[in-house]
Amino acid sequence: MKLKMLLALLIAVFLAAPVTVQAGHEAGHTVNVVRVVSPGGITAWLVSDHINPIINMRFAFKGGSATDPDGKAGLAKMVSGLLDEGAGDMDSQSFQRALEDLSVGLGFSAGRDIFRGSLKTLSENKDQAFELLRLALTKPRFDDVPVKRVRGQIFAELRSESENPNGVAGRAMSRELFPNHPYGRPVDGTKETIKAITVDDLRAFARQRLARDNLVIGVVGDIGADELARRLDETFLSLPATSLPISVKDIQPNSTGRTKVIEMAIPQSAIVFAQRGLKRDDPDFYTAFVLNHILGSGGFTSRLYEEIREKRGLAYSIGSYLYPLRHAGLIQGYGGTANKRVRETLDVLKQQWRDMAETGASAEELADAKTYLVGSYPLRFTSTGGIASILVSMQLEKLGIDFLDRRNKLIEAVSLEDVNKLAKKLLDADNMVVVVVGSPEGVTSTP
Amino acid sequence: MMRLFAISLFALTAFATALLPMRAEANHGVFNPQTLTLANGMQVVVVTNHRMPVVTHMVWYKTGAADEPPGKTGVAHLLEHLMFKGTKKFPSGAFSKSVARVGGSENAFTSLDYTAYFQTVAVQNLENMMVMEADRMRNLVLDAKEVDTERLVVLEERRMRTDNDPGSILQEHVNAALFLNYPYRGPVIGWENEIRALGVDDLRAFYQKWYSPGNAILVVAGDITMAELKPMAQRTYGQIPATPLVARNRPAEPPQFASRRVTLKDARVRQPSWSRIYLAPSRHTSIAGGPESLHSYALEVLSGVIGGGATSQIYRSLVVEKKLAVSAGAGYGSGSLGPSRFSFYASPAATVSMQRLEQAMEEEVTKLLEKGVRAEDVERVKKSMIAEAIYARDSLSTGARVLASALASGSTIDDVEQWPHRIAAVTLAQVNAAARAVLKDRPSVTAVLEGEATK
Repeated sequence: MKLKMLLALLIAVFLAAPVTVQAGHEAGHTVNVVRVVSPGGITAWLVSDHINPIINMRFAFKGGSATDPDGKAGLAKMVSGLLDEGAGDMDSQSFQRALEDLSVGLGFSAGRDIFRGSLKTLSENKDQAFELLRLALTKPRFDDVPVKRVRGQIFAELRSESENPNGVAGRAMSRELFPNHPYGRPVDGTKETIKAITVDDLRAFARQRLARDNLVIGVVGDIGADELARRLDETFLSLPATSLPISVKDIQPNSTGRTKVIEMAIPQSAIVFAQRGLKRDDPDFYTAFVLNHILGSGGFTSRLYEEIREKRGLAYSIGSYLYPLRHAGLIQGYGGTANKRVRETLDVLKQQWRDMAETGASAEELADAKTYLVGSYPLRFTSTGGIASILVSMQLEKLGIDFLDRRNKLIEAVSLEDVNKLAKKLLDADNMVVVVVGSPEGVTSTP
Repeated sequence: MMRLFAISLFALTAFATALLPMRAEANHGVFNPQTLTLANGMQVVVVTNHRMPVVTHMVWYKTGAADEPPGKTGVAHLLEHLMFKGTKKFPSGAFSKSVARVGGSENAFTSLDYTAYFQTVAVQNLENMMVMEADRMRNLVLDAKEVDTERLVVLEERRMRTDNDPGSILQEHVNAALFLNYPYRGPVIGWENEIRALGVDDLRAFYQKWYSPGNAILVVAGDITMAELKPMAQRTYGQIPATPLVARNRPAEPPQFASRRVTLKDARVRQPSWSRIYLAPSRHTSIAGGPESLHSYALEVLSGVIGGGATSQIYRSLVVEKKLAVSAGAGYGSGSLGPSRFSFYASPAATVSMQRLEQAMEEEVTKLLEKGVRAEDVERVKKSMIAEAIYARDSLSTGARVLASALASGSTIDDVEQWPHRIAAVTLAQVNAAARAVLKDRPSVTAVLEGEATK
C-alpha cells in the first residue's frame, strides 16, 4: 500500500466530520435529494436508488462525548456499544442473532459532537430491520451481563490504545489543546471514568440524548418517499420529543507553540501537530479547505508530501487536515519518522508552514487544487452508504438541500488573493503544538 | 456490540492474501462481468455500474512478494513504489499529477500473490489513465537516486507497520514458522536487511520478468460497457507487444509433522493475545500429506459457524458465557494461490491467564471434532454468506477487486460467479469432514503475545 492505514483512518474521521459534499449533475446522472416529512413530523432526506435491493440509512443525534458528565468520560461511547446488546424482549444473544440471521447491519458510534447510527438491510427484510432499530433506540435493556462484558471490552481497548503511539499522541494532543474543556477528554474515556459509569448513567444518556428534536436522517436505496414517511413514524416517533440542551461552550484551542515528547521505546516516532483553524460555518471555510489541500492534503501532490516524503524520504505518512468541531476549529496533521530524523522532519514541516504564510500559493497550485476538489466530487457518491452519510452531514451543517448544486461554485469562487490572505492570517508555525511519541533524538518537551 | 478492531484484525491480517470471502446471492451471477482477452494475452474484465459517471480502472499483475527471488524480499513492494516515479514520456510524478488534476484518486498495493495499480476518475478521463498505465507497464525509468530516497520511505513504512507494533513483529515470526518452505514465509514489505540491499538491478530484473500484457489483468468497473471499453483497450494496452510468459514456479511446502510455539514478550504490550494457526487448503492448493482443496467451500462455512461473529460458537462460549476473553473467533480465507490457513484467536479478559485461555480454546476444538457443528447453524451461516453478495454489488470497486484477485490467484470468473451456488451446496457432513481434515491431529503454530508483567 502506498498510503498507510492511519492516513485512511484520519481521512475517514475528517470526512465524517462533514467538510464538503457535492453531487453530480452530468448528463444522465443526477443525485436527486428529496425532503421527506412523516405525518408525525419526522424529517429525512432521501435519494431513491433501485439499482440493488438494499436500503441504507444513516442518522445522527446532535450531542456526543463532549456532553459526557464530569468524571464519566466515555459514556456516549459505551452507550454506542450497548444499544444492540439487547432491546425490548430480546436479550443480547437474541438481538445479535436476529441481526445476523436477517443480514441486517446495525451500528452506533460516538464522536465528540455527534452520536451516529446506521442501518443497512436487504429490501426483503426491511420490516424486521426497522423494527430492530426502533427497539435499539427506544427500548435498550442495558442488562447487567452485557454491560459488564462491554465494560471489560472497553478496558481491553484502552489497554491496546495505550500501546499505539498514534493513539497516545492523539489523546495527548486533545489534552494540550483543550485543557479545561470537554474536548480535552478522551472520547473513549479512561479506566477510572469507564469504571464510574452506572447503568443509570447509560439509561439517562439514552433518554436525554436520543430524541426527535436533535435527530437528522439520510436514506439512500430501494425505497420511495411515501413508504419512508410511514417507516419514519414507525421507527422514530416513540423517541422523546426533546433532548437535553447541550451546554458545551465555544473555545479557542490552546495553541501555544508547545512541543511535548512522550517517551516510548519504539524505532519510529509518531508525530501529531495542530494549530487553530476554522469552524465549519466560518465564511472563510472554503478558502481554508483549498489552502489546506495545497499545503498538506493533496494525496500524492501536496507540499508536505513533496518536501517530506518525495524529496527527502523522511516519512511514509505525512499530511494535514481541517478538523472543524462544533465549538472549535483546528488544523491538524500527522507524520511518522525514525527517531533520529524527527528534528529534521519538524524543521521541514515548520518551514513549509512559514513559506506558505509568507509567500502563499501559486496560481498554478490554486488551479490544480480547484480542478481536483471539483472533479473529485462524484467519487463520493458511488455507494448508498456514502451518499447517506453526505445527506446527514448536509443537514447537520445546515447546508441546504440545494447544496449539491452550489458546492462546486463555492470552491471555484476561492481566489488566489483569498488563499494567500488567509494563509498569512491563519498559519502560525510558532504557535503550532507538536506531540511526539517515541524516542526522538534532539527533541525535548518545552516547559 | 463492541468491535475490537485492534484485536480481531490480528487474525484477519494474519494472511495478507486472505481476502474476505467473496459473497453472492444464489440465484444470479454475483457481479455479471463482461470479459475478453487482447491479442497480446492481456485479460480484460468490465463490471458495469451506471450509478455515477465514474470508473475505477485497475491493472493487476500476476506477481507478488511470493514470486521474489531468494534473498530479495521487498523487491515487489519497492517496485510498486517506484512505479509512481515516471517514464520518459511521463516523467517524475506526471501520472499522479494528471490523476489529481482531474479530481481522481489513485493508489496501489502489493500482496503475496499480486500487485495492483488503480485510479478512480470521471469516465471521460479513463482513456488518458489507460494511456499512462500502459506506458508504465514497459517503459518505467529506474533512477538510482530515486530508488535511494524511496527505499528510505519504505523503511519508514516498515517501521510504522511492523517495527513499531509488537503484534506485527510476532506475525512475521508466525509466518516464518508456519511455512517451512513455501514463499509465504517472508513479509510482503521485506526483511529490513534485504530492503536495504535492494538496488536498481534487482528492481529492473523483477519488472522485466513480470510486468507484461500477458501477465496482466485490466479491470474497469463503473459507468462503461465492454463495447465502449474494447476499442480503448486495443488502442492502449493492445499496442504493447506480447512477451513470452514466465511460469510462477514456487517451491512446494513439504509435509509437516511438528507443532511450533512462537512467543513474544514485549514490555509495550498491554493487551495480550493468543492464536493458533493450522495450514489449510486454499481453492487451488492442497496441503501435502493433509487436507485437500475440495474442502475450501466447507471451510468458509465452518469459520462462519464457529468463529464469525457475536453469535458464533467460540465467541459465545469464551466471551459471553465463560467470560475468559474480550474477543475470540476463527478465520479462514480460500483465495490464495498457495496454501492457506485456518486460525483461532482470542484475547484474554483481565486477570485470565494465557494457559486458562488456551485450555478453553482447546476444549472448543475438541468439542467441535467430537460433536461436530449444528445443522441449523450451517444453514443460517450459509444464508447470511449468500446474502452478503448483494451488499458487495453496492460498491463501485468491490466487484473489480474480487474478480481480479481471483484471476490473479488461479481462479476463474466462473468460480466467483458460481460461488453462491457452491456455498449453498455445502452440507453439514462436509463441514464436519473439513473440520476433521484440517484440525484433527494436525500440526499447528501457536502464537502468544504478552507483556512482561503477564502471568
